[in-house]
This record gives sequence, structure tokens and C-alpha cells, in this order.
Amino acid sequence: MTRNSTLSLVTAGAAGLIFGIGLAIAQMTDPQKVKAFLDVATIADGTWDPSLAFVMGVGLLVTIAMYRLARPLPKPWVGAAFAPAPKPKVDSPLVIGSAVFGIGWGLAGLCPGPAIADLGLAPGEVALFVVAMLAGSWGAGLTLANRGRSSTLPHGNAATT
Amino acid sequence: MTEFTPLSASIGGALIGLSAGLLWLANGRTAGISGIFGGVMPLRPGDLAWRLVFLVALPIGAIIGAGIGPAVLSEISDAPPQLGLSPLVAIAAGLLVGAGTRIGGGCTSGHGICGLARFSVRSLVAVLTFMATAIVTVYVVRHVL
Repeated sequence: MTRNSTLSLVTAGAAGLIFGIGLAIAQMTDPQKVKAFLDVATIADGTWDPSLAFVMGVGLLVTIAMYRLARPLPKPWVGAAFAPAPKPKVDSPLVIGSAVFGIGWGLAGLCPGPAIADLGLAPGEVALFVVAMLAGSWGAGLTLANRGRSSTLPHGNAATT
Repeated sequence: MTEFTPLSASIGGALIGLSAGLLWLANGRTAGISGIFGGVMPLRPGDLAWRLVFLVALPIGAIIGAGIGPAVLSEISDAPPQLGLSPLVAIAAGLLVGAGTRIGGGCTSGHGICGLARFSVRSLVAVLTFMATAIVTVYVVRHVL
């Protein structure tokens, strides 16, 4: 293993650690808090909890600032290259997939980050959700790859992009 | 019903942004949790280790945060999260979240933090869409059914 590939594991671990600390401090690990934000009917009676908007808003501002720092860099500090930006196309999979994700998010009050964070805080309760999430992602990935292969993609390598 | 906790929400949000910024500056990777998680399957050896390290560190970080948070800020609850999921809802919601984020190419962090931070229209459409269906779902479950 090269020095940089070892270092990139250290920085990935640090990023995961900080992400988990942030989610727990923000209490986004608590699905009741997430559902309280999504329950906009409570705006009328003054009991709405807008905390999640503050998490997203401040998180976004810090990320914008740090992404700006990266702009003049030819390559990341330890990684081989910056991951290419996805195609900017707004298409039906984007909308359909996001709509499906939102239904699951609203049902459980869990999105992927908090679900994995809760493996540390309430492992028995969240395990089934995380296994189902992996199965859903894998199944959808296989379906997408098969559709890509049978359509007009020139190299049939949709699964590796 | 939960209390509005703007201070802990902002500090936590800043840490999430710091993590996303660090993963981009250092590794050139997007801190989209559904993408990091979904990318574990199928197994691709050269691309696997950093994902696993990140995914193992994440719940360890949550344990640390849940330990120090309530000690530093009184607005943070020291009770463990109450998921209150029946097995059926856990499976259904997990499948929807896994499949939906894979098809839609991202989740709350990938589209909501990293994508919006690059001013991606695609991510804005994704965020507005999943916010809308999540709000409708919670409304139906809590106030209609």
C-alpha cells in the first residue's frame, strides 16, 4: 500500500467520525426529530420543530466554503483525483428515485446517514432497516445495470460508473 | 413532538459540512452516504476500503457525539433514539430508501449537502422532490390514516 492510499483511509475515517459526531450533536439520529420537522401541519399550532433546516443550512454553508478551497487544487490532498461531477441532466430516474426515497424517509424518519449512525446508538432497532436499505440499493443497482446493458450504451459498463 | 434546538442543530450541521469538505479536499470524494453505502455492493476491491472505513467510523462518531453532546449542551437529549419501527415498516422503508437513493443518485447528504454546495440543479430537483414526498408521507401517516 502506498503512503497516499494509507493516508486516504485515515482521512476517510476522520470524515466518517466527524460526520457521525455531527449527526448525533444535531440529534438527527433521532427519527422523531426528523419526523417533527417533516410534519408541517404542526406549523399551524406552533409546535413545529425546524431544527433539521438549521442542520442542512449550516452544513451547506460550511460545505460551500470548503468546496471553494478545493477549486484551485489540481488534485485532492491525498486522493488520486477529484471524482467527476455527475451529468447535470434532470431526468425521470432522478425524480422517481428521489420521490421513492422521500416516501421511505417519511415512513421511518431515517435517511442513510442517520440509519448507519444508529448502528452505534440503537443497533437492535435499526439493523433490519439497514439490511433492507442495502438490499434495496443493490437490487435497484442491478436493475439499472441490466437496463443500461440492454439499451444503447456503447460499452455496456453502466455498472462500473 | 420535539423541541426546537437551533444551537445543537447548527453545531451538528457545521460538523457535517466539515466532514463533507474534508472528504472532498483530502480524498476528492462526495460525502453522499447512500452512495458510499450503496457502492459497497457489488464488491470492487480497489474502491472498497475507504468506504468501509468511513461507514465503520460513522456510528463510532455517533457514539462519541451522543456521549459528549448532552454534557456540553443542555438542549441535547441524553436518551438513546427511539425508532419505534415495526419490522414491516423497517423493511418497507429500508427498501424504499435503498432503492430510491440508488435510482435518484443520492440522499439528504449527497444531493442535499454536497450537490447543493456545487449549485447543481439536478440536486435541487432531487431535494425538492424527496422533501415533498416525505412531507406528504408524514402528513398521511399522522393526520389521515
